[in-house]
Amino acid sequence: MIDVMYFAWVRERIGLPRERIETDAATVADLIDELKAREPRYEMAFADLKSLRVALDQELSSFDAPLAGVREVAFFPPMTGG
Amino acid sequence: MRLSVQQDSFDLGHEANAFAAGITGAGAVVTFTGVVRDNGGKLAAMEIEHYPGMTEKAISGIMDQAMARWSLADALVIHRYGRLVANDPIMMVATAARHRADAFAAAEFLMDYLKSRAPFWKKEIGADGSEWVAARDEDEAALTRW
Repeated sequence: MIDVMYFAWVRERIGLPRERIETDAATVADLIDELKAREPRYEMAFADLKSLRVALDQELSSFDAPLAGVREVAFFPPMTGG
Repeated sequence: MRLSVQQDSFDLGHEANAFAAGITGAGAVVTFTGVVRDNGGKLAAMEIEHYPGMTEKAISGIMDQAMARWSLADALVIHRYGRLVANDPIMMVATAARHRADAFAAAEFLMDYLKSRAPFWKKEIGADGSEWVAARDEDEAALTRW
């Protein structure tokens, strides 16, 4: 089981802030493929990976990163702090 | 070193004075404050979302780097989330160092990293709808100078 979180417009497109997912995905990219296959709203949210960022256990990471041992995955657009 | 991620507003003067009063051995204090722009009167509100947990981790990491790199006497970051209106203070950075060059450089470094590496997202609410603020390429490019 893995906690998947969504922020900003990713959250709005998918329609929820977080969910627990049962997955065997080896990498972030595999998880995204799984999610996209679920429903059109996921496909819409993950249509353009260039406009997305991913954090694994609250550290910025990359789409080819492995998910082994990861408890929390977060997807969001580029950050706009400051 | 102090970090506060908060919904409540803050008083720039009070925070700056308290920060300066707590320092020993520094001859320079720099503060920067970000304020909500009114977009020519069209902004009704700005909503700031963040990632609790990662926000604190990311900013603490950035502050640790700044403290080490410029041997600062102290540093402060306050960043708000939630619903803000025009002219509200969004965030502030304060740095203290022996000399001003270090205090200015560290404050700019902190600002550049907060812009693109602290997990906040801003949404502008206007009369005709709302829009997520897009990250600017210049902000990402600014990181390369450090």
